[in-house]
Amino acid sequence: MIEFTVSACLMLLMLIISIAIQRMRHLFAAIMLTGVFSLLSALVFTTMDAVDVAFTEAAVGAGISTVLFLGALGLIGNYIEEKNIVSPPRHALALIVCMLTGGALLYAVVDMPAYGDPQAPAQQHVAPRYLQQSPRETGLPNVVTSVLASYRGYDTMGETLVVFTAAIAVFGLLGNINKRQRNKERRSVTQHDDIVLSVFTKLMLPMVLLFALYVQFHGDFGPGGGFQAGVIFSAGLILYGLTFGIDELLLVIPPWLLRIFTALGIFLYAGTGLLTMLLGGNFLDYNQLAHGTHGQHYGIFAVELGVGISVAAVMLSLFYSFMNFRPALPKQESDKS
Amino acid sequence: MISFTLDTLSWACFIIGSAFILLGSVGMLRLPDFYTRSHAAGIVDTLGAWLILAGMLLQTTDLISGLKLLLIWALMFFANPTTSHLLIKAAHQSGLKPLLAQGEKDMQP
Repeated sequence: MIEFTVSACLMLLMLIISIAIQRMRHLFAAIMLTGVFSLLSALVFTTMDAVDVAFTEAAVGAGISTVLFLGALGLIGNYIEEKNIVSPPRHALALIVCMLTGGALLYAVVDMPAYGDPQAPAQQHVAPRYLQQSPRETGLPNVVTSVLASYRGYDTMGETLVVFTAAIAVFGLLGNINKRQRNKERRSVTQHDDIVLSVFTKLMLPMVLLFALYVQFHGDFGPGGGFQAGVIFSAGLILYGLTFGIDELLLVIPPWLLRIFTALGIFLYAGTGLLTMLLGGNFLDYNQLAHGTHGQHYGIFAVELGVGISVAAVMLSLFYSFMNFRPALPKQESDKS
Repeated sequence: MISFTLDTLSWACFIIGSAFILLGSVGMLRLPDFYTRSHAAGIVDTLGAWLILAGMLLQTTDLISGLKLLLIWALMFFANPTTSHLLIKAAHQSGLKPLLAQGEKDMQP
């Protein structure tokens, strides 16, 4: 009963916030509300006992994507301009499309099995095997990690590649940081003068990085893993960059290092797979690495490390790209200034 | 005897903490301008959450969860006042004037 009440309250709050985001003309406030929305959905995942997913949602949705949104906001300005608000006919068209999509989704929900239904197809096919055999076959207490990195290792490699591809796409759109670095009169988005913030950042940074490493290496035994750890690690560095200026962060972690690490993570992942092939097994068949469940331990450790390195490097280079990009100003604006 | 004392103390922490959260929420709704409202929000997330965590800390039996709670405690102790400070400073720098004495009639509960 109490669980239902909590879920209902969270869902209601999410509904209210999503409506508020639609009504918002001030983009900064809308971005903050999307962060709140992410935290609320993380809470919903927690009530469903999906702690790993909640962790990811809180770190990515509320942390990194808010920063990236703010970076984009720095490029486009705080308000929707009046001339950019869509005219009523297009409004109606958008409304019709949304209504149709929403109706189709609601129609599909009717056919879905109830939450937690043991007869649901998702619980029938391979899930029982994962839950029953995972401790014996992989020796890991956290079934999420064993499914993610071992049983479904190939899918996770695809996900890591998606992150990698996204980074390449952003480089293609916003340009590489090295070319911009020569541009000395870059705009600064930081507050160098605030002593409270700089002391706090210096205090927090080692904790955040340590926590990221804990999440990385404890992911086999508790909630966590490469994706979350990478995001937390880069979030700590982004905090440093936002506080002391991106130039200080560029001194600590230059862009060429990030490019190497972005590829290194994928290399580590696929390299583990190739190694198992060379040892005579299938791609990502960790049992070839060592006897018993030790092989699984080594393999999962390696691929999670690869995911963590790639994700951290990609997130940080996305931050660099957004913070460093200088749009070509429209003609009349540059005349005015 | 010890467990009774611990229970009493932790319940006292819970009740006082909840009272602060309630007070802060009422303040968020009723206070007139941004600065006073962020003062109320500061009460909620520093003192309220802090006391409730203290109450939880008195109820823990094993060392690890106690240490974890202590870490969250320390994080809140530093993070929440910092964010309040930054919000208020940002508002001040962007030119928001605090509401002064003539708005006092709005503050009646």
